[in-house]
Amino acid sequence: MARDYSGVITKIDSIAAKVYADLEKSEIPALQLSTRTKANIRFDDDLNVWKYGKNKTERAASSLDGAYMLLRTMYLVDFIKDMIKEKKSSTLRETYYISEGWNLAKFSSQNESDLLAEDLEVITGCMREDFKLRPEEDGARVIGNLVVEEMTRNNTKKKIHCQDDVGDAGYGIPYNVEKEKLTFKEVDADFIVAIETGGMFDRLAENGFDTDSRAILVHLKGQPARSTRRFIKRLNEEKKLPVLVFTDCDPWSFRIFGSVAYGAIKTAHISEYLATPSAQYLGVTPSDIENYKLPTDTLTTEDIAALKSELDDPRFQDQFWKHEIKLQLSLGKKSEQQALAKYGLDYVTDTYLPEKLVEMGMLKK
Amino acid sequence: MPEAIAYELAKKQKEISVAEFFERNKHILGFGNPTRALITSVKEGVDNALDACEESGILPDIYVEVKNPTEEECIVIVEDNGPGIIKQQIPHIFARLLYGSRFHAVRQSRGQQGIGISAVVLYGQLTTGKHAKIISKIEENQPAVLVELAIDTNKNRGEIQHQEITHWDKPSGTRIEVSLNADYKRGKRFVYDYLQSTSIVNPHARIVFKEADGTEHLFERTADILPKKSEEIRPHPYGIELGTLIKMSKETKARKLASFLKNDFSSMGDRTADAVCDEAKLDRNLNPADMSREQFLFLYQAFKKVKIMAPPTECLSPIGETLIRRSLKSETQEISPEFIFTASRPASVFSGNPFQVEVGIVYGGNLPKDKPVKILRFANRIPLLYQQGDCAVTTAIASIDWRRYGLDQPSGTGIPIGPAIFLTHIASTQIPYTSESKEAIADVEEIENEIKLAFREVARKVQMHINKKVRRVKTREKFDLITKILPEIAKKSAHMLNKPVPSLEKVITRIMDVVWIEDLVEYEKVRGKQVQTKLDVNNPKGQTESGGWIAKSTIMVVNYKGKPQKFNLYALFPKNATVGEVKPKPTKVTDSYIKWSLESIDPTDKIDLFFELAGLNKGDFDENDLYVQNINPTYVIGADKWEGE
Repeated sequence: MARDYSGVITKIDSIAAKVYADLEKSEIPALQLSTRTKANIRFDDDLNVWKYGKNKTERAASSLDGAYMLLRTMYLVDFIKDMIKEKKSSTLRETYYISEGWNLAKFSSQNESDLLAEDLEVITGCMREDFKLRPEEDGARVIGNLVVEEMTRNNTKKKIHCQDDVGDAGYGIPYNVEKEKLTFKEVDADFIVAIETGGMFDRLAENGFDTDSRAILVHLKGQPARSTRRFIKRLNEEKKLPVLVFTDCDPWSFRIFGSVAYGAIKTAHISEYLATPSAQYLGVTPSDIENYKLPTDTLTTEDIAALKSELDDPRFQDQFWKHEIKLQLSLGKKSEQQALAKYGLDYVTDTYLPEKLVEMGMLKK
Repeated sequence: MPEAIAYELAKKQKEISVAEFFERNKHILGFGNPTRALITSVKEGVDNALDACEESGILPDIYVEVKNPTEEECIVIVEDNGPGIIKQQIPHIFARLLYGSRFHAVRQSRGQQGIGISAVVLYGQLTTGKHAKIISKIEENQPAVLVELAIDTNKNRGEIQHQEITHWDKPSGTRIEVSLNADYKRGKRFVYDYLQSTSIVNPHARIVFKEADGTEHLFERTADILPKKSEEIRPHPYGIELGTLIKMSKETKARKLASFLKNDFSSMGDRTADAVCDEAKLDRNLNPADMSREQFLFLYQAFKKVKIMAPPTECLSPIGETLIRRSLKSETQEISPEFIFTASRPASVFSGNPFQVEVGIVYGGNLPKDKPVKILRFANRIPLLYQQGDCAVTTAIASIDWRRYGLDQPSGTGIPIGPAIFLTHIASTQIPYTSESKEAIADVEEIENEIKLAFREVARKVQMHINKKVRRVKTREKFDLITKILPEIAKKSAHMLNKPVPSLEKVITRIMDVVWIEDLVEYEKVRGKQVQTKLDVNNPKGQTESGGWIAKSTIMVVNYKGKPQKFNLYALFPKNATVGEVKPKPTKVTDSYIKWSLESIDPTDKIDLFFELAGLNKGDFDENDLYVQNINPTYVIGADKWEGE
C-alpha cells in the first residue's frame, strides 16, 4: 500500500521555488491558477465533462488578501510535506485547527482552508488525497441490490450487501471510494436513483422501491460530497447502470444535478473523476409542478437571481433546461420532493416515479 | 333725527383688553396648550436672561428651575447674573405687553416683538391668579429688591402688589418666578432639549436646569468669550415696508427728503438718494413731514427700481466655526461621534436684510443608523423646536442628494437617514419666520441657497474625510503587508528551500508605490505661568489665562516610491491658533498654514515633521489638513493637492 509521493513533493516545492524566485528578482511574488468561476468553464469533448477554461487568476502579494493567501499557501505546503514525511494524514477540519499555530497565516474559517486545498489541487494538478487531506465522513447512504467490498481499518476485505447487511440507514459511503478501498461485486439492479433529501430516500426505502423497481438508491444529502459523486460515477461506469437524479424543484437542486452530471464549478479541475455525464434529471421539474398540481412556495429574490444566473450558466444551455428554468421563472413557484405526499405516502412510488420512468424510457408500460 | 348708526355701534365697541387680545392670540404667542406654555415660559425667561447678560458684557450664568406642586400647575424660575433691573422699570419690563425699545433700529437680536416675558407673566396670572415674583439686584453692595407684580389687563400696566428688601447672594442679577398652568410631565423633556440646544449655540453661557424631582443638569460653557455684540444698523430700503416708511418720516429729524434718505437708511449716499428721488419724481427738498401717502408710495416703489448697495453685514454676530464645533463636541460627548465638521458662509442679503448661515454635522458614534438625521435649527441663537417640516432649513437639506456623502436617502431627496446630527444657525437682523409663533423660517430663496451651499461645503469635508479614511485603511493594510506578511513569506519559502532569506526593500517599494504621510495630534496641558498680558476686552473679569492646551502635531513622511521624491508640504491650522515650535525649519508660516520645502527623500527613507499650536482648546484641532505641491498627488497617501490659498 505504500505510495510514492515524490512527484507530489516536487510539485509542492515548485510552489515555494516560484515565490522565492520572485522575491530574489525583486518582483512581487505571485501564483497563477485557473479562475474558478462560471465564466471560465468549457465543455471538454474528450472527457465529456466541464473543465476550467484558459482564464487565470493571480494571487499576488500586492494586495493584503493575496499576501495572506501566499503566506498560508507556504504554511500549508510545508505542513503537507511534513505529513508526507511522517506518513500521517489529516482531515480538512484538523488542518483548519492546525493553522491555529501558524500566527499570521491562521485561517479565519474552515471554508478558507478548504478553498486553499482546492486551490492547491488546481495549481499542482494533484488531488486532495495526494496531499494527505481528507474530508469528514459525510454520511451519504446507499440501499439497493448491490454488494460492495470494502477494505476495513484492520486491512481485511469485507463484503457488504446493501440490502441484507445494512439497517434502515443503509450503507454509509466512506470518504475514500477508490479501488484500493472499495470495489463493486455483484449488482442486480436496472438503474441508480440519486436522491436529494433524506426524507425522500427513507420514503423510497420504506415503500420497497429498491426491490420492486430494481433500483439502487443513493442519498445525495444536499450538495453531494466528492466521494458520493465518485461512487455514483464508478457504479455508472463499471456496472453500466443509468443514473437518475431526483431532487426538489428549485434552482439549488438544479445545481446539485449539475454537479453530478456535468461537474461542479468549484471542482472543475477534477470533473473527469467526479462527474457522470450520462446522468439524467428525473424531477421534480417545473413542468411537474403544473402537471401534478403540487403544493408550492413562492420563489424568493435569491431563488430568482439563482435561476437567472443558471440561464447563462454554460452547463444549463440545452433545450430541456432552458425551457424548464424559464417556465419556473414564469410560474414564480418552487416545490419540494416531499410535496408529492399531497396524494398519499405511496403516490411517489406507485404513480409519480413509474410515470416519470416511462416518460424517460427507463420503464415500459 | 335718529341717532347715526355709528353711535349705536360705538356703544358696543369697547377697548379690547390685553387679556382678551392674549386669549385670542395665545396659540401664536406660544401658549396654545399646557405643554407649549411651559416651554415658551422657560424660553422667554432664558432669552431675556441671556440678552441682559450679553448687553452688559457678563458671561451668562443661568439657573432654571421648574417646580410642579400640582398636576396642572408649574412654577418656572429663571435666574441670571446680569446687571439687574432698577425697581421703577420692573413693572414695565415684566408686566406690559408690547413694551419695547425703538423698533426701526435693525439688529440681530433674540426677541423681535417685545411680547416676550410679560406674556408669561400674563399667562400665569390668567391661569393661576398668582402674581409673578421678581428679585433684582443691581449692585454688589446693595440689597436686592423683591417685587410681586400683577398686570392690570384693562390698562396694560404692571402693578406692584408687594415689595420688600431682601438678601441675595449674587453680586447682581434678576430672578423671576411665575406660577402657571402647564403640563410638566410632557413638557419637561422639551425643556431639557431646549436648554441643551440653547447651550450649543450659546457656548459662552453656563446653564443649570433643576427638575421638579430635584435632578440637576449642567450645560457647561465651552467658551470664555462673549459673542461679538451685534450692531444696530439703519433699515435698508429694500427691506422696508410702506407703513414703516411713513412712520419713520414722522419721527425723523431731517427736514429734506434727500437727507431723510441719507441719514435714516443704510447704504444710501448722495448719488443713490438722488437716483431714488428722480425715479420717484419727487423733489429732494420736500419736507418728509409734509409728504402725502401717495408720495410715499412713489418713494417706496422707487426703492425697488434703483440699484442700491447691499447693507453692511458686519453688524451680524455669528457663532463661528470653532465655537460651534466645540459646543457640539461637548454636548455630544455621550454619543462619542466619529467626527464633527462645520462650515460658515460669508454674510449675504435678502430684501435688504443681512444674514449669515452656519452649519455643523455630527457623525457616527452611538447615533441611530436607521433613523432620519436629527436636525437642529437655530435663528439668532434661539432653538426652533416646532414646525420642522415647514422650515426653509428642512427644505434645503431635503433638496441635497446625500447618497454620495454616505447617507441613505431613498430617491435622492428628503431628509437623509443615517447616524448624524445636522445643525443650522441663521443670524440676521430680520429672521423671516413663517408665522408669529417664530418656529419655522420662511422659504426665502436667498436663505435657502445659502443653507444649501453651507451644507454642500460641510458635506464635502465629510466626503474628503471619508475618502481619506478609506485610502488610509487600504494603505494601512499594505503597511501590515510589507512589515509583517511579506517578511514571513520570504522566511518560509527560504526555509522550505534551504536558502538564505532574500532582501525585500525593492519589492516593498513596488508593492506600496506611494509616498505615505501619517500624522498624529496630541495635546499637552500647560500649567499656569502668570504672565502679564495686555488687557483683553473680551475677558471682562480682567484675568489672564492661567493655563491652556498646546496641540502637538507630528507628521511622518515615508517614500515608498521606487525613486527619490522632492516636494512641498503644507499643513493647515485654525486661524485663531498661534504657531509655536516648528521642525524642521519651514519655508513659510502664515496665519493659517505652514509650508515646508522638503529635501529629496530616498526610497524607503523617512522624515519627521513637527509643529506646536497654542490658543486652542483640546479637541479643536483633531486631524491635520495636509497638502502637497510639486509631486503627482496620486502618489501621495495622507495629503491632497495644494490648490493655492
